[in-house]
Amino acid sequence: MRRLFNFHGGVKPPTHKTESNREPIAAAPLFAEYVVPLHQSIGGTPQPLVKAGDLVLKGQRIGEADGNMSSAVHAPTSGVVKAVEMRTAAHSSGLSTLSVVIEADGRDQWCELKPLDWRSLPPAQVREHLQNAGVVGLGGAVFPSHLKVNPGKQGHLDTLVINGAECEPFITCDDMQMRERGDTVVKGAAILRDLTQARQVLIGIENNKPEAIAAMKATVKALGVERIEIVPIPTRYPAGGAKQLIRVLTGIEVPHGHRSTDYGVQCFNSGTAAAIYDALELGKPLISRIVTVAGNVDKPRNYEVLFGTAMKDMIALVGPKPDADRVIMGGPMMGYRMPNDAVPVVKATNCILVGSAALFPPPPPEMPCIRCGECAKACPADLAPFELYWFSKAKIFGKAQEYHLFDCIECGCCAFVCPSRIPLVDYYRFAKSEIWARERDNSAADTARRRYEFRLEREEREKREKAAKLAAKAAETKAKLAAAEAAAASGDTTAPTPPPGADDAKKALIAAAMAKAQAQKAAAAPANTAALTAEQQAQVKEIEARRAEVEAAVAQAAKTAKPEAKPDAE
Amino acid sequence: MLNNSPYLLKPASVSSVMLRVLAALIPGVVAYVWFFGSAVLVQLAIASVAAVAGEAVMLSLRNKPVWLFVSDGSALVTAWLIALTFSPIVPWWLMVVAVLFAIVVVKHLFGGLGQNPFNPAMAAFCLMIVAYPQLMSQWPAVGFTDFAAQWQAIFGERSLDALVTATPLDYLRTQLHTADARATVAGVLGSGATFGNIGGKGWEWVAAGYLAGGLWLVQQRIITWHIPAAFLAMMAAASGLAHLVSPEQFAGAVFHTFTGGAMLGAFFIATDPVSGATTPRGKLIYAAGIALLTWIIRSFGAYPDGIAFATLLMNICVPLIDRSTQPPVFGHKKGRP
Repeated sequence: MRRLFNFHGGVKPPTHKTESNREPIAAAPLFAEYVVPLHQSIGGTPQPLVKAGDLVLKGQRIGEADGNMSSAVHAPTSGVVKAVEMRTAAHSSGLSTLSVVIEADGRDQWCELKPLDWRSLPPAQVREHLQNAGVVGLGGAVFPSHLKVNPGKQGHLDTLVINGAECEPFITCDDMQMRERGDTVVKGAAILRDLTQARQVLIGIENNKPEAIAAMKATVKALGVERIEIVPIPTRYPAGGAKQLIRVLTGIEVPHGHRSTDYGVQCFNSGTAAAIYDALELGKPLISRIVTVAGNVDKPRNYEVLFGTAMKDMIALVGPKPDADRVIMGGPMMGYRMPNDAVPVVKATNCILVGSAALFPPPPPEMPCIRCGECAKACPADLAPFELYWFSKAKIFGKAQEYHLFDCIECGCCAFVCPSRIPLVDYYRFAKSEIWARERDNSAADTARRRYEFRLEREEREKREKAAKLAAKAAETKAKLAAAEAAAASGDTTAPTPPPGADDAKKALIAAAMAKAQAQKAAAAPANTAALTAEQQAQVKEIEARRAEVEAAVAQAAKTAKPEAKPDAE
Repeated sequence: MLNNSPYLLKPASVSSVMLRVLAALIPGVVAYVWFFGSAVLVQLAIASVAAVAGEAVMLSLRNKPVWLFVSDGSALVTAWLIALTFSPIVPWWLMVVAVLFAIVVVKHLFGGLGQNPFNPAMAAFCLMIVAYPQLMSQWPAVGFTDFAAQWQAIFGERSLDALVTATPLDYLRTQLHTADARATVAGVLGSGATFGNIGGKGWEWVAAGYLAGGLWLVQQRIITWHIPAAFLAMMAAASGLAHLVSPEQFAGAVFHTFTGGAMLGAFFIATDPVSGATTPRGKLIYAAGIALLTWIIRSFGAYPDGIAFATLLMNICVPLIDRSTQPPVFGHKKGRP
């Protein structure tokens, strides 16, 4: 028996799993229209590769990754591009995002699929293929997977964690995939094991999914894959959080802001492992996923859904109850309420959760915090949520950060247990966004300040160089004069110019320098000084001050030139 | 308001917390009534009415939803703690003044529920013992359960001499410090009807009732073990050690933990979350501090019991304790990979 570790806190909400995991996964029917947002993963928004009127085939790339931190997007079915335009995103903000609208032609015709001989290719090429296949984390975070297929600094991983915990209530897409299509998950895990050169692969599954555990164990045995172990873990939300699962399986706590590969571990969702198998062995880009459609509906079920399918089309399949009042993407603990039910299914859509006032009653009125500490007991990140609440509410953001606000994973455990019914996570989201906004403002101000300072420095440098040039010139003249004088003193009458007195020479130099400076000043002084801003005037003043310095430097240069000539003059 | 995740909430509320605290007090109250008569029930009623009235008036003055906050039960907990820490035969007006001071001044003038830095019940106790030391230290003798006489004491003008006595702690202190230079703890404890088997006569049973209710609160996860355990351990350690050194002068660990407000303090007063420490280590420090100060005040101070003063003193230290005992967060623990 493998030794498991514990993570602090966690809660046990009603799981609501059995409602949707009794029916097998069904394929969603082909719909008439698909609205595929280009931005479906963390990172840059892919550039559209198609325009209105183009014909596309199923699996054809329609959005090209924009930079390394980005992932391609593909046509979910064959048809005609009706438009590339802004459409409401599957995001609680209700903002629009550039989307490719495809009218299906009903043939659902695949483009040519090119499997990759990943074993014999360099890792960089495999990663590029995954990026072009649009593979991103399917647990909900949609982090581009090609960036994670990486053995880390040591050249190999100790443990590769495959996340089949699925701790969120209502969601059963990973459960059903592991039951029915466990072979693709295990094969994907084996590919990842080889790509990351992991010593062992641990597939963690919460022990409330005995069927999935049995199916996966049988698959591992049947396929005869090595170094892959199915590990049942205790059911406790949020055991499926990447950091919590890594902790449970390996005992390692990856701190916020650190890469897990630095600790020799990496974590992929079970669905992502299957997508990686599809992309490399079958050449299939990521155009669909398994989605749990559940909540306040008659026939909750899992579907294989093409990206771009309107959520309302999926909801219509399962028979929403009359009092359905909202659509949530994801689970009830961390999901986001959608602006309407027409938004498309995207790579992050693990669950379409139909809500109602009966299922998710509006929270009772918020009471003051009584510091009972229930939230601290429930926090899986070992934070003091009530302290973060005080600081966030009072906008003391420095203190909030001191109390590790950004270690908060927004799992919702604190709000779940709070007897005062405080929407704690909302306060943290608010504080985080405020801090980000301030940092953005600060960095913009910093950039402006750096530019300004750079300009000042450049101007100063130019002045210095000019002064040095002048000084050199003066020294040269002086030396010439001195030479002439010396020549005169030695009775050499062939000197080209009549030698003036040494003092006269010095005076002449200073006069020349001052005249030159005067001329520069006149040239530099703009005609419209009256219209200058205070800042510009300050700059002018500063430049003039430096000019005076330059003049002094010239005079100094003249002076230093003098002693050289002096002995000769006397 | 836009309702964000989480959408699932545990069925928990402030009122359910407070109601369970009240329920946990019942075993102690039953023992109290058994040994000292029904006067305490009258006081509980007076305190409850005064607390709810004071709470309602303050809430409406502060434009807060009255029913929502009155029904949270927190005022009742304060009221009950005052009624149980005061003598059951204090005049009714004293009880009302104390409760109103706790609710109006200590709770609402500091911002209401969740905002008060001091334990309202203990602040009221301190005010009253300073203002009315005489009335505050007249307790009914054990077994004197004549309800009519007690009623007279609470509402009437009758002289109380016939039925009053000092508390066991007070009696021991007075005997040791003033009455007789040759008095020893053993001598005093064995002397009168005031003392029982392990604590004060009767009082030890009330303490046992509070212990039972308190353990139930721990089992219900309303309070954690830290505060009661640290309180009782420190009380036992301080008194036990002193008793070892000088048994004539200092009563032992069992006497101190089962006498006065020790049990009530350990499970119901020091565990007030609003004014107490919140981190696990902080709770240990906070509760041990209260126990140590209580024992010092009991043994060397001028007041019979020191829980109220000790609690207020440690309330002041809470921000410091909390700040310096924050547990390490996930991924920042020493000794973990």
